[in-house]
Amino acid sequence: MATAAGTTALRATPARPPDRFRTIVAVVAGSAPLALVLIVLVLVQQAVPAVKQFGAGFLVGRDWNPVTLSFGALPAIFGTVSTSFIALAIAVPVGVAVAIALAEQGQQGIRAVIGTGVELLAAIPSVVYGVWALYVLAPWSLQHLEKPISEHVGFIAFLSGPPGQTSLFTASLVLAVMILPTLSAVSRDVIRAVPRGLRENAVALGATWWETVWKVVLPSARSGIFGAVILALGRALGETIAVTMVIGNRYEIPHSVFFPAYTLASVIANEFTEATGTLYPAALVELGLVLILVTVTVNIVALLLVRSTAARAAI
Amino acid sequence: MSRNRFRGVASGGWGVTVYLLTLLALVPLGLVLAFTISKGLPSVSHLEFFTNVERPVGVPGAGVAHAIAGTLIMVGIASLASVPVGILAGIFLAEYGTGSRWADTSRLACDVLVGTPSIAVGLFAYALLVAPFHHFSGLAGAGALAVLMLPIVVRTTESAVRLIPGGLRETGLALGLPRWRVSLQLVLPAAAPGVITGALLSVARASGETAPLLFTGFGNPFLSFDPTQPLAALPLTVYKFALTPYPSLQAQAWGAALVLVVMVLVINLASRYVLRRQIRLAGQL
Repeated sequence: MATAAGTTALRATPARPPDRFRTIVAVVAGSAPLALVLIVLVLVQQAVPAVKQFGAGFLVGRDWNPVTLSFGALPAIFGTVSTSFIALAIAVPVGVAVAIALAEQGQQGIRAVIGTGVELLAAIPSVVYGVWALYVLAPWSLQHLEKPISEHVGFIAFLSGPPGQTSLFTASLVLAVMILPTLSAVSRDVIRAVPRGLRENAVALGATWWETVWKVVLPSARSGIFGAVILALGRALGETIAVTMVIGNRYEIPHSVFFPAYTLASVIANEFTEATGTLYPAALVELGLVLILVTVTVNIVALLLVRSTAARAAI
Repeated sequence: MSRNRFRGVASGGWGVTVYLLTLLALVPLGLVLAFTISKGLPSVSHLEFFTNVERPVGVPGAGVAHAIAGTLIMVGIASLASVPVGILAGIFLAEYGTGSRWADTSRLACDVLVGTPSIAVGLFAYALLVAPFHHFSGLAGAGALAVLMLPIVVRTTESAVRLIPGGLRETGLALGLPRWRVSLQLVLPAAAPGVITGALLSVARASGETAPLLFTGFGNPFLSFDPTQPLAALPLTVYKFALTPYPSLQAQAWGAALVLVVMVLVINLASRYVLRRQIRLAGQL
């Protein structure tokens, strides 16, 4: 009853007009979700002929023959997944080290420079990495990494030679460089969000700097760092141009990481403008659909992980 | 005692390792910049590189004027579409978006969209803007770029507007201004440097994108200003020429790459400077 009286009293003053501005900007804020949903729907619609023709077999087929119209995605999926994971294996230790260094408190001078440098690494366009990788990194890696490795430990099947100028391994190296900024920037934020008190407690108990980092800070930031790694994985899966320029573009599952391969994104980049008929372009779009469904899932999982860590730290 | 000394030494050792790895992370940046400058400079040092269009192998005087024009036109149109929309959406997220499920959805969608493979966005733009018209066009390229720019503008606008202290809003509301005037005429101007930073960063990202332009803007060997026709772009030029076996074309690719890198780095450094000032100013408000 008291509330009802209160409401009447408020009503006595002229009612505020409805906030139409709020409605308008709320609708505009729908543009990003709308774009995302539209992208997926349009790709689904464009891929229909291929989905109907090949069904689930598309995902495990190894053929890619526009003449006989027989298409399977397995080699491209293999290439995308393996380049991304090798890139992660190279980039994660470096990225987390950068994050630890950048998240340290105190004197910021040199750290600000390093932070800027790593962020600029993210600003350099993919195609520039591609040119650099093709003309500088690939020949260097062939002479100084691939040849020695395949000669000395070539008895391990997936490290056998003879290596070539363009290979799965070269593509992974470029990818590692390209995902490093994502990895280190997100991990740095997560590590910074670790409550100061935890560090202080560890130091007060006599822990050294490294013991504090390794046994207190990193474990408490663990799920957020894991999120950063998955976020970087999403970037690696979708990277197109730089990979296309150095992976060698051969549609088969290679026996060794030093052989040429292909990725989902590179097949689309190379073949889509030349694809004629109905089935061929539809098969390429289906590759794109596989790619986007995987990356969207990976990204959502990663973002939720990063956010839950940040939210816990805020409490 | 020796056990403690070991712990100290171990800690120091790990510290050195962490900083060495950090330096290692900067090596690629240095190498990419060094090679792009040293290999691109010979091409760029001729003025005609900026006034002529591409030439076939063996014909001297090649340039990238058409690619610069195409990039500016496509990125310009994409900005006209995505910046206003992105700013309004960002205002919603900052001003009304605390504890709102719709805002959380929009935020998540933006963050997912940032990580969406740009080649997939290219396929999307092809299906909507190229296939129905039966020819490639600069507009289709701009459409793809706009989708990629949108989430960056939204999220940077949101964080810039959030930096503005509540007192400014209360002042406006106390004077009887409606919410829209408070947001657009008080808060947004105060947040302008941060918002401009976001727009610039999205422009930098869009200028460097190749994959979404492959089958939308497509490329054009001639100087063209007509967005309804195929347009050239700097990243497309780099991509196309880098994969040819001819040193003269490769030189053009390095030159175009240098132009691209300088453009992108200048925008990034400038926007970092503006942003730092914004944070300092917001502290004084």
